[in-house]
Amino acid sequence: MKVDFELIDSILKDHNYDATQVIGIMQDIQKEYRYLPEEGLKYAAEKIGISPAKIYGVATFYGNFSLEAKGKYVVKCCNGTACHVSRADDVTNAMYEAVGMKPGQHTSEDGLFTIERVSCLGACGLAPTMMVNDVVHGKMTPEKVHDLVNSLREESR
Amino acid sequence: MSKLKSLEEFKAYQQEAAEKLAKQTNKVLVCSGTGCMAAGAKAVYDKFVEVLSKSDVPFSVSWEDEKDGAFNLKKCGCMGCCALGPLVRIDPLDVYYVHVTAADVEEIVNKTLKNGEVVARLVEYEDGVQYPHLTKDFPFYKKQSRYLMEHCGNISSESIEEYVAVGGYDGFVKALFEMTPEEVVNEVDASNLKGRGGAGFPAGKKWSQVAAHSEEVKYVVCNADEGDPGAFMDCSVMEGDPHRMIEGMMIAARAVGSKRGYIYCRAEYPLAVERLTKAIEADKALGLLGDNILGTDFSFELTISKGAGAFVCGEGSALLKSIEGNRGQPRPKLHRTVDKGLFEAPTLLNNVESYANIPMIITKGAKWFSGIGTEGSTGTKTFSLTGAINRTGLIEVPFGTTLREIVYDIGGGLKNGGEFKSVQIGGPSGGCLTKDHLDLPLDFDSVKKVGAIIGSGGLVVMGQDSCMVEIARFFMNFCREESCGKCSACREGVPQIQEILERITKGEGKEEDLDLMAEIADTVKNCSLCGLGKTATNPVMSTMRYFRDEYLAHVNDKKCPAGVCKSLFSYWVNPDKCIGCTKCARNCPVDAISGAVRQPHTIDTSKCIKCGTCAAGCPQNAIEEV
Repeated sequence: MKVDFELIDSILKDHNYDATQVIGIMQDIQKEYRYLPEEGLKYAAEKIGISPAKIYGVATFYGNFSLEAKGKYVVKCCNGTACHVSRADDVTNAMYEAVGMKPGQHTSEDGLFTIERVSCLGACGLAPTMMVNDVVHGKMTPEKVHDLVNSLREESR
Repeated sequence: MSKLKSLEEFKAYQQEAAEKLAKQTNKVLVCSGTGCMAAGAKAVYDKFVEVLSKSDVPFSVSWEDEKDGAFNLKKCGCMGCCALGPLVRIDPLDVYYVHVTAADVEEIVNKTLKNGEVVARLVEYEDGVQYPHLTKDFPFYKKQSRYLMEHCGNISSESIEEYVAVGGYDGFVKALFEMTPEEVVNEVDASNLKGRGGAGFPAGKKWSQVAAHSEEVKYVVCNADEGDPGAFMDCSVMEGDPHRMIEGMMIAARAVGSKRGYIYCRAEYPLAVERLTKAIEADKALGLLGDNILGTDFSFELTISKGAGAFVCGEGSALLKSIEGNRGQPRPKLHRTVDKGLFEAPTLLNNVESYANIPMIITKGAKWFSGIGTEGSTGTKTFSLTGAINRTGLIEVPFGTTLREIVYDIGGGLKNGGEFKSVQIGGPSGGCLTKDHLDLPLDFDSVKKVGAIIGSGGLVVMGQDSCMVEIARFFMNFCREESCGKCSACREGVPQIQEILERITKGEGKEEDLDLMAEIADTVKNCSLCGLGKTATNPVMSTMRYFRDEYLAHVNDKKCPAGVCKSLFSYWVNPDKCIGCTKCARNCPVDAISGAVRQPHTIDTSKCIKCGTCAAGCPQNAIEEV
């Protein structure tokens, strides 16, 4: 992917080129590109005065950062305790099946879906849950997963 | 909105807001906590706007838009009973509607708003009784004491005016104008408030230690990185009543002499971040945050720092490292955070619920506060009640309430009349309690004595169909993924235990494995630096302590009594029950079931993948696990 350095500069400026805000900077970069492009990271590191190794270290430490491109819809399948005891595995597997991916695969080949497993979305009262981008879907069943995927496919057309 | 420059201006503003709120007798409050939002509360709210716009019913969606007699449509904080969401309350009738969908809105507007008529089918109905005034008559609320959550469900969670109108920031102005910083610290100390984040450290002690430093730069930090799976109390407090927590931090800053605060919130809570951001903007606009607050020499600035998905950042020193822009790894406790914390400066670090308790301690006094709860554990505690229970949701009870009261009186017992087996308390650092503990009062000391912790307040209820070995495996898997990797005991020991548990759940375990796990767990506990490593093996140790029989059934008899571990049972068609309807054979994804019409069917266990579709669909319950 081609990196727009002007865009990265504007993000850095919003954070006052402050090295302590590197996590916020990377969150903003990821919001634009849906992942952290290597060129962009190197550029940001140089501008805020930290080494590429340091920024790579921080980026790889946190679960939310991705060095690979993510799909248009990032599906976070909750596997918190409440969801787990409500058979979250079944709906997660249904999600893989619905988007045509193998469990463990990250992003679908058409670039539409990325599936991640997360520890808790904080909507335990409605277990099992999943989050698509920033929207939480509760009381999921394998059937509802298929409906959800179909409606997202429809929406992206 | 112009900045308030003195106590008098604040009081005048507050009085005006209170008068205005008192005039708003017609209200439509849509619960907008994460639970109800996930159940479709936003669509309900939008539909109200749409239907009301087209109708002749006067309505208002914002504080500024004032109309006499109009219905004020508000998004409010978590009403608690997430299982009934989306919830809507209509005033002045004080009637609650449950499971509301966008399709119901038209009827609500036509009947209730226009004619004051209650739509009976939307009222909660249980065992022949209707509960129109949910929070006053429904059993879920009867044993609760909602102090911390008093505003949730009553005022808009996005309006500073409403918060101030109901007495918000009274604690802060009292601390600022009527009390010295020492008096504030003493009041918190006298309240005996213990940290709500898990460890239960007395808050007053921390406050006085930070206050004792004479440095110019000190920080006040809020730990809002509620990472325990199965816990969403802090999430609800931040979303439902964001100003309360901010007020607590402002009082703390005044008491310990800090000018700068951080809220470290996990990225999985976008709604909480949004509401906090709005709340901080509103505080700045009103002059409650910034320089020379209300014309005094007190200045305070507050920043939100978003986490990026690392459970370990809930640990104090890791959290501070993360705010500084580093990998969130804990550091050795050579210095305490109160002496050298964020950017090496003295730092006061408390969690969301601890700060949210502060305003009422200041306004109502330490004596009032310590009258709630038990002697050693004062005040109330919020718990998120989830799992195999009828009424899931967010509850607030005084310390000392028993598990039985929570599970049966508040939670309404187990789903489908199931039998209680265990409750997992305190997240991955906690433990499992059994039915022998049902009469245990939940307070810091009593829970600790039985090998668990109150923790941040997650309560996951499990029935007889939960396998405790599998639950232990689940937590070890979690801790394996979330270990930051710094200490080898935790990094290497936890995966060893997890692999052993994996083997046991597959029927490949030996009895000696149990001793081996206990030995590794002991090493992990003793050789890890941070609290998370030290407690990572608690779920294994507590399940082995209380459910040893279940472990033995797995390793010796190769049976899973709960019927969860798929390698340890197979499906079987009971020929006495089977009516040969062929439904299972048609549903089976791998064609493992055969049989003629109206004849008992059979399952080919070599083909069966144990997906359970057949058993779930059988009209006769003829398919059994053996």
